Amino acid sequence: MSLAPQVLDVASARPRIRPLRWVAGAVLLVLVAQFAWFLVTNPRFEWAVAGKYLFDPNILRGLGMSLLLTVIAMTLGSVLGVLLAAGRLSDFKPAAWACGVYVAVFRGIPPLVQLIFWFNLGYLLPRISLGVPFGPTFVSWPTNSVISSLTAAIIGLTLHEAAYMAEIVRAGILAVDGGQRDAARAMGFTARQSFVKVVLPQAMRVIVPPTGSQFISLLKGTSLVSVIAMADLLYSVQVIYNRTYEIVPLLIVACAWYLAVVTVLSLGQRRLEQHFGKGQR
Amino acid sequence: MSDAPVLRIRNVRKQFGDHVALDGVDLDVHEGEVVTVIGPSGSGKSTLVRCVHQLESIDGGAMYLDGELLGYEMRRGHLRPLPDRRLAAQRGRMGMVFQQFNLFAHWSVLRNVIEAQVTVHGRSPEEARKEALRLLERVGLSGKADAHPRMLSGGQQQRVAIARALATNPRIMLFDEPTSALDPELVDEVLSVVLDLARGGMTMIIVTHEMSFAREVADRCVFMEEGRVVETGTPKEIFDNPASPRLRAFLSRFSGRAAHISDERPLEEETTS
Ligand SMILES: Nc1ncnc2c1ncn2[C@@H]1O[C@H](COP(=O)(O)OP(=O)(O)O)[C@@H](O)[C@H]1O
Ligand SMILES: [Mg+2]
Repeated sequence: MSLAPQVLDVASARPRIRPLRWVAGAVLLVLVAQFAWFLVTNPRFEWAVAGKYLFDPNILRGLGMSLLLTVIAMTLGSVLGVLLAAGRLSDFKPAAWACGVYVAVFRGIPPLVQLIFWFNLGYLLPRISLGVPFGPTFVSWPTNSVISSLTAAIIGLTLHEAAYMAEIVRAGILAVDGGQRDAARAMGFTARQSFVKVVLPQAMRVIVPPTGSQFISLLKGTSLVSVIAMADLLYSVQVIYNRTYEIVPLLIVACAWYLAVVTVLSLGQRRLEQHFGKGQR
Repeated sequence: MSDAPVLRIRNVRKQFGDHVALDGVDLDVHEGEVVTVIGPSGSGKSTLVRCVHQLESIDGGAMYLDGELLGYEMRRGHLRPLPDRRLAAQRGRMGMVFQQFNLFAHWSVLRNVIEAQVTVHGRSPEEARKEALRLLERVGLSGKADAHPRMLSGGQQQRVAIARALATNPRIMLFDEPTSALDPELVDEVLSVVLDLARGGMTMIIVTHEMSFAREVADRCVFMEEGRVVETGTPKEIFDNPASPRLRAFLSRFSGRAAHISDERPLEEETTS
């Protein structure tokens, strides 16, 4: 038996029957409910304590320091990263080699190890001096007066970040069509003008998305500086819970702030990607 | 035409690894002269114009623009490559039009035509803007000044590229197959702009696979094969009376075919959205 074809209209079709999805949905619902129950009924979360500390001035100061470190290390690291990327792509082989070695070394050593290393630089190098290499010295300072936990944190995070940014920028530059560089040179732009005016702006489309992720991981990475007694967000909550033993609620405060900032940054990243994605191909 | 050539190419050699791309090329181009270069794919035509424009370095011979050695200078009895700044200045005195247009993708059409005038030739932005609008009108695109290159058809992009190259008053224009990446129906709008330039007295080297155009526009025609100039002469001599069997073989491949022929056409179709 067959229906007359003209009677059928797929617009009236019902959704596909997918029993597995019903099962999966039910399982998920149970898991979420169970977790929520755990969060709400477990008294050790001490939600009231977390709420009390959320806007504590010391914690806000720590948050501010984390943000400041992120911005400083990202800015310096990006500038250094662009220079390293340009160096690696240079036809001057020693520069390309040196920049390649830098990237390999600073990407290979865990940032936590680098931070501790810079913090203890005074042991290796008791004085920092300016002068002629192997010749006379003009000025010199004791290293421990120069390397505070702040400078150690900035140096460590920046050098680490620069290595990653160098790779990101290099990939971006390589993604720009060679014809663009030809055209820039043909118009009479110098090598630097071609790079700054034509190649780098077009590389941004490729550079921006991973840089956004990089910014977010750097923000989270700043929590490492707490080991060198730098008063960032994590260190600030540690100072408090070492005194009050309210470890879990204070860690929740830290998590809440990290999550909040990362969420805002992710939204910003999406906007930036849309901005740099247009205008090209 | 005056006596001293605008461009003088003397015994120029260029190698890519073991492969000899240019094998002793000689060519003079005089003021107002239009030279078309034809030859099979891989014969070194692109390499020749890229070398003239200093986008590739040469391995031997010498080239002169208005009597000035290109790419090198004599210092204390030795020839040395020019520093980047002066090389850029020499490039700025020539105009180049690429097969793939290569418009700056992140700038508007207008900015494409303005930028080099300001950064390389020190014109004021207002002056540069006026000149850019004048040139865009000349190539028939005054309405597209604020458009982005990707919004234009291939033919329109190539006309912008021509305006961009003209904006800095080049002594000589170099065209590397300006229509080979175009859909057939867009070829004529570009060729008519080039023809218009030729009538205006512009000194030009044009590499092309458009045989009837190569013949029509040229004062002189050059046939290249395997990195050498095999034959050179007036269009009449080259097309009606080819001396070498190789040129005859090359031309016979074109006779009876449609006007648009290129063996270097990219596989993908141009997107004109
Ligand atoms: N950048 C390059 N590297 C290596 N070989 C090249 C390069 N450019 C051109 N060639 C080679 O040089 C020869 C001449 O190329 P080209 O000048 O592009 O020829 P045409 O433009 O006449 O088709 C070809 O064999 C080509 O493969
Ligand atoms: Mg070619």
